[in-house]
This record gives sequence, C-alpha cells and structure tokens, in this order.
Amino acid sequence: MDFYLTALLQGLCFSGIALGIYISMKIFNIPDITTDGSYTLGGGFTGVLLLNNQPSYIILPAVILAGAIAGALTGIIHTKLKINALLAGILVMTALYSINLTLMGRSNLPLNALPTIFSLVNLASNTNQNTLFILLLFVLIITLLIGYLLKTDFGIAMRATGNSETMIRALGVNTDRMKITGLAIANALTAVSGYLMTQYQGFADISMGIGIVIIGLGSVIIAEAFINWFKVTSVWISLLLVLSGAIIFQFVLAFTLSIGIDATLLKLVTAVFVLLIVSLPRLSFNRSA
Amino acid sequence: MIEINQIHKVFNKGKANQVDAINGIDLKTNDGEFLVIVGSNGSGKTTLLNLVAGSVLPSSGTINIDGNDVTNLPDHKRSQWIARVFQNPVSGTASDLSIIDNFRLAAIRTKPKGLSVGVDDTFKKLVKDKIATLGMGLENKTEQPIGTLSGGQRQALTLLMSIMDSCKVLLLDEPTAALDPRSAEIVMKTADKLIKDFQLTAILITHNLKDAYNYGNRIIQMREGIIVKDLNTEKKAELKQNDLYNWFG
Repeated sequence: MDFYLTALLQGLCFSGIALGIYISMKIFNIPDITTDGSYTLGGGFTGVLLLNNQPSYIILPAVILAGAIAGALTGIIHTKLKINALLAGILVMTALYSINLTLMGRSNLPLNALPTIFSLVNLASNTNQNTLFILLLFVLIITLLIGYLLKTDFGIAMRATGNSETMIRALGVNTDRMKITGLAIANALTAVSGYLMTQYQGFADISMGIGIVIIGLGSVIIAEAFINWFKVTSVWISLLLVLSGAIIFQFVLAFTLSIGIDATLLKLVTAVFVLLIVSLPRLSFNRSA
Repeated sequence: MIEINQIHKVFNKGKANQVDAINGIDLKTNDGEFLVIVGSNGSGKTTLLNLVAGSVLPSSGTINIDGNDVTNLPDHKRSQWIARVFQNPVSGTASDLSIIDNFRLAAIRTKPKGLSVGVDDTFKKLVKDKIATLGMGLENKTEQPIGTLSGGQRQALTLLMSIMDSCKVLLLDEPTAALDPRSAEIVMKTADKLIKDFQLTAILITHNLKDAYNYGNRIIQMREGIIVKDLNTEKKAELKQNDLYNWFG
C-alpha cells in the first residue's frame, strides 16, 4: 500500500509538469521539451538555496522565476529567430544541463536534515499525511491560478493563439509575445515540480530531469483521452483531468514495479504505456470506421 | 479613410522565383465606401488586401488609415481600425473555443487582453441578442465550440464579431468562396447590412461577378499588380452585369 501512497505523492509532485505540458502542448500546440532542463533547474536551484539556508519565501519565487526565464528563452528562440519549437527546446535543454551542473557544483545534492517545506509546515502529525496535505494545497493553489488565468481575457487570447493564429493576430494580439509568455508559465510550473520533488525525495540530482517530459506528455494524453471521450469543454474539468492523468501515470508505474518488473526497464515500460494510450483510441476508431 | 500611395510589393526579390505582386498602386477610399475588387488569380488582389491589413508589409510606398501612417505597423497593431473576414471560415474563428469566447476576443479587439474575467452574464446576454439578429437559431448555442458550426454560420458570426468593437475598416477576402449558394447569400446580405448600418469602409475581394455587380458602391479591376479599371458610384450603377463578364473576356 505504501507503494501506492508514494505513487500518489509523486503524482502530485508532477502535477506542475503535467499542467505545464498541458499549456505548451494543448493550448499553444508547441512540443516543448525545455521541460527536462527546467525541471532539473527547479530541483537543483531549490537544493542550492536550501543548502545556503535561504528562507522559504525566497526559494519558491526564485525557482518560479528561473523556470520562467528558461521557458521565455525557448519562446524567444522559437518566435524571434524563427527556429522550430522542438529544436529551440532541445537547445535550451542542452544548455541548461551545463547551467544546472555549474549551479549545483556537483551532480548530486543531498539535503540531509535541512528543513524543507514538508518539515517546516505542519498540517498533520503523520509524516506521509502531512506531505499529502501540503502537496494537495500546492496543487489546489496552482490549479486555481491556472484555471482563473485561462478564464480571463488574457487566457482566452492564449487559448486562441494555439488555435487560430491568423484570427488572433487580426484581433490585435501579438502572438510572439503570447507564446513567449505561455512557455514561461509552462516552464515555471515545471520548475515548481522540481522544487517539490527535490524536497520530497531529499536530494537534487543532475539527471533527475532526463526523460521527465514523458510524464507530462503521458498525463496530458491520458487526460485528452477522457476529454475526447466525454466531450469536455469546461476549462476546470480539463485541468482536473490533467491532474488525474499525472496521478494515474504514477499508479501505472507503481503497479508495474509491484508485479516484479525490473526497475531498469521502467523507462521502456513508460514509453510503451504512453504509446498504448496514444494508439488505443486510433486502433478502436479504425475498427469501427 | 484608406490612402495608398505608390505601393510596390516584390516577393523573393533578386531570386529566380521573384514575383512582382503589386506594381505601383494609388488608391484612396472615402468614409462609408464599399469597394469591390475583381481580377483573375495572381492579379494581386489578396496581396493588396494583406498590405492594407498589415499581414504583408510593402516593399515601397505608404499606407494611411484614418489619417495615421500605418506603413510599417504589423497586423495586430492595425487591428484597432481593421476587422477582417477571411476566405477560409477556420481562419476567422478559433475552432476549439466557444462562440462566447470568440465573441469576447472580438469585443476587445482594440483593447488590451487583461487579467480580468470579461465573460459575465451581461456580456453573454449582449452576445445572445446580437446573434439572434442573424435569425440562424445560434443564440442558444453560445457555449458550443465554434468549430462545430457550418462554414456559413461561422462566416456570419465572424462578420458579427467584426462590429463587436469599434471598427472603421472591414476587409472581406472572398468571404463566400467556401460556402454553398444559400449560406453565401446570407453572409453577403449580412455584410451589406452591417456596412450600411455602421457606416464602415469596406473592401470586398470576390470572384463571384454577381456579388461584384450586386454589392458595393465602387468597383476596381486589377491585373498584374495594377488597377486597370476604377468605376465610381455613378459609373458602377450604370454598369451591366454582362459588361463585367466582358472584362474577363
């Protein structure tokens, strides 16, 4: 059972990535893999700031800002230099590896007994319950903020940018600036995931972000399956489905480990699982057609 | 209203595939003028319209709108004067967004898109009342994604969206080309009514010579990037539909 509790907690940690990928991929139609770098940036930066005894009220804003800058860079490279979004993301992600390593000073930063957000805030006596409540609170705040943002005039313009660029330009929106802002928000959310994960697992690692983008993609794809299935148009329900996607994803991984599949094969299982979700609706669709 | 001086547009300058799309056009339209542009494919009609809209910037020459020099302004800045209806209904609306969200964006075309929620009950009622004037029964579908509607319905809504915010110039780029004859007629009649009711300066590009004959109070013909015929209101009134066909003979 502990297995699944861990999966739930990890899923909640990853909700930032899931929402970030939802914004970049579903709202802006941009496959953004800056994620791998900005997640480690968020985690590594958190580790460094904690080790330097910085107060919590500085760490979170600093991490959000760092992630946003990384995303904005990808956005600027993509829109202003007219470079393919995928390549722009790869460029920034690659550069971030060196930056993260320089920032961290070495490849692994154990936090040891340093006070983290999970030990500073006390919502319940049981450690696991306390962690769960803090994570839920985080996810709730993030979801409310993003949900509200998407409802505002700015948010509608954001959603239209990925949908019909000709239209939204004719309606007076600078789409370049919109995409840069969107990628900044997406990567800020990803960095928050790194922030939570580093404190949850008690260390930051230079390789913690490798292949992490698949978690976001998987979550969004799971959510999309439900969105198409039930023809969901509500922004709030879509966001909730994305969050559930992040948790379901971790449950599936926990399940594969619990039935005794070698942890070495975990990434392979992850890839096959995402492939399955992507292809299932198409396969069944073909049969009925 | 719109003043175009000695405008030239060259694509791929100096390369083997150089295209001289617009070769020195002077054009001045008055307030409330409904200008129809006809011409065969490749005559430069759409480029001219894109130059006015700002989605293409000229190689040389100047463009003034409402007394402002807009020659180097990009399209999203010119939107404070200009509303557009595109040939492809998909281009003028955001398919996955609801009708109400599409209208919200149109209602703040000339304003900044801020961090407040603008879609409230008052706004919903305003949009429903506007849509009801079309008589298409769409007023109860405002929460539906606009992509679920037919091309004709979308073009009619796009027209309505253009007058949701202050608008001086309406650009219509073959708005009925993708529509069946019935929807095309509804869209053209709606456009004509809005142009008259709101005293808009409008430019219509069309390949449909019947529309070119029936609508508008000035007509120009383009060929190879220049204006070859320009008929004002009186001359257009004297024009017979057959004469128009002969232009393309």
